[in-house]
Amino acid sequence: MTPAPTIPLVYYQVLAAILFTIGVVGVLVRRSALIIFMSIELMLNAVNLSFVAFSRQHASMDGHIFVFFVMAVAAAEVAVGLAILVAIFRNRDTANVDDVRLLRG
Amino acid sequence: MLDYLGWIPALPLIGAIINGLGAGRLPRKVVSAIGTGTVGLAFLIALGCFQALLQLPPDQRYHLEQAFSWIDSGDLSVSVRLLLDPLSMVMVLIVTGVGFLIHVYSTGYMGHEKAYGRYFAYLNLFTFSMLVLVMADNFLLMFFGWEGVGLCSYLLIGYWYQRPSAASAGKKAFVVNRIGDWGFMIGMFLIFVSFTTLDFGRVFAEAPGRLMMGSPMAVAIALFLFIGATGKSAQIPLYVWLPDAMEGPTPVSALIHAATMVTAGVYMIARCHILYVLAPAALTVVAVVGAATALFAATIGLLQKDIKRVLAYSTVSQLGYMFLAMGVGAFASGIFHLMTHAFFKALLFLGAGSVIHALSGEQDMDRMGGLKKALPKTHMTMLIATLAIAGIFPFAGFFSKDEILFHAWESGGPILWAVGVIGAFLTAFYMFRLYFMTFHGPSRLTEEAKHHLHESPNSMTIPLMILAVLSLVGGFIQIPLVQGGQKLSEFLAPVFADVSHVAGAAAEGAHGAEHAGMGLEIALMVISLAVAASGIFLAYRFYMVDPAAPKRLGEQMRGLYKLVFNKYWVDEVYNDKIVEPIRRGSITLWQKFDAGVIDGAVNGVGRQIERAAGLLRQAQTGSVQVYAMVITLGLVVVLGYLALR
Repeated sequence: MTPAPTIPLVYYQVLAAILFTIGVVGVLVRRSALIIFMSIELMLNAVNLSFVAFSRQHASMDGHIFVFFVMAVAAAEVAVGLAILVAIFRNRDTANVDDVRLLRG
Repeated sequence: MLDYLGWIPALPLIGAIINGLGAGRLPRKVVSAIGTGTVGLAFLIALGCFQALLQLPPDQRYHLEQAFSWIDSGDLSVSVRLLLDPLSMVMVLIVTGVGFLIHVYSTGYMGHEKAYGRYFAYLNLFTFSMLVLVMADNFLLMFFGWEGVGLCSYLLIGYWYQRPSAASAGKKAFVVNRIGDWGFMIGMFLIFVSFTTLDFGRVFAEAPGRLMMGSPMAVAIALFLFIGATGKSAQIPLYVWLPDAMEGPTPVSALIHAATMVTAGVYMIARCHILYVLAPAALTVVAVVGAATALFAATIGLLQKDIKRVLAYSTVSQLGYMFLAMGVGAFASGIFHLMTHAFFKALLFLGAGSVIHALSGEQDMDRMGGLKKALPKTHMTMLIATLAIAGIFPFAGFFSKDEILFHAWESGGPILWAVGVIGAFLTAFYMFRLYFMTFHGPSRLTEEAKHHLHESPNSMTIPLMILAVLSLVGGFIQIPLVQGGQKLSEFLAPVFADVSHVAGAAAEGAHGAEHAGMGLEIALMVISLAVAASGIFLAYRFYMVDPAAPKRLGEQMRGLYKLVFNKYWVDEVYNDKIVEPIRRGSITLWQKFDAGVIDGAVNGVGRQIERAAGLLRQAQTGSVQVYAMVITLGLVVVLGYLALR
């Protein structure tokens, strides 16, 4: 069996960088808390992609383990974050981050 | 009995604490019992110690009682240790004995006061401090007592603090005393520098070896300590606080400002006599200041109208005699006069208090007169005290004053003696002026006072009588010319024995003169008796036979009269030349330096920090996205730098 032609590592990295940038921009410019969350998830998954690609390249399992950790933490974070979001929405009828700028000096 | 020594000062302290904490809550009877009881008990213990001391051979009458180590730091090691030798024994007996009588008297005199507990707390605290002062065995502990009595004096002068004059008199006494304390402290520092110890025993034992006779250091130590004495014992130039101190209750004037506290300076010099013997120049200063004060204050006393102020100036004058005695090296005579003065001056003040009490607070002698009938006991006791202070044989004052004048002639020369004799003449005159104006002649009482006129209760008259007896017989413990008659000198001899060692030949010469001077002593005695009698006679002429005479004389010598009547304007001069410039300078410093520079610096720093914070807080928008943006941009910059480097 001839080895399947592999996609070069740099392709993965470029894709991860694009996804990460989209996530960053989303966090910075969107005003809806829900979208910001989704953007954060996008950034995390861009990192995951990068980890997995490196892991395969080096034939090591370390990257996979990191990915599992990241996914677990992300899941927990989403659970807490969404709970906060729901609480804010119930109290203030809004999910817009500009309306909750209370910690202003 | 000597083992109970510590209780002598401790008992009044306990009384002060109980009465102080319970002030306003304890019933009056309990306050009186604690206040007088603790001092009375201390007096009994003191008597027991006296008995024990007498049973020791004279050269072993030196008892130390270590309480605890107070300060132990490097070279400085100070203990709270009580010293009992004949000198402090005499002082302890005076303080507790006369103090006890005055406490008893106070229960009558102050009986109507609201702040009864506070009064007794202060009085007990005073007794404690004074006992610490006279029983201390080092300079620092003595200074503790020294400051303690000053504090109590301030508190008691300002006892009626609602009265502005009393409050400011208290303040004046405190500030003037602080000036003296400054001198005392400098003296103490110099002693520590010279001896690296403050213990009396070591300082006095090593003084002849370490300090050269008449060396600048010896003179400086003696003079600075003397500044302290002038403050506490009201000598020129710091005597001004004592007449004002009469704003306090009369028993306080008797106890603190006549019998005990003001004699602290005399006691201190007697205690440090060895340092003074090593500094003859300082000793001369002491004698001259004492003699000058004796005369100066006596002249002021001539024209005062307030009965207590006459007595105050008389106290200043009598203290001058004690310093004169110290200055001519007659330490035992000074202590003798201190003791007899404590008796008759306490009696005079208490008698005056009895008169004031009877007249519902009247102190102006122009509104007294003819009280002899209404106040028989007060009159009799006052007459005895007046005779005693005038120096009439055989009252106590005669013996003590005469001994001082004799020593002044012998060691100080005729000028000091003459000043003393003139002072004695004036004393006899103004004291009998007081006596005649108060008890004889037509009654000049106001209707109001006449109505309430009454003899004082027993709690007041019994102390008067006891003191009268003491004023009568107190002189007999030191009878001149009679072999073995000088009991007090003999008792005090071990304390002052080292003088002859140090002064050596000079003292021996004086000793020789003492024997040769028997005829001289009798002659001086007769002269001073004649002088006192003529003073009394003159007072009789002026205030009994021809009451218009003083006024006529005053008219004739208007300038002099005004000068003396206004107390030589010393208070005014001090006020203008010293107090006011300092006050103005202090106000300038306060407004310019304190409010401007110090407050300005502190507030300025605060304001600048506030402004910087105001700028910084702009950055905290509260928008998480802005923070994220800043973090991202920062990251980009860092990464860009690393990448392009």
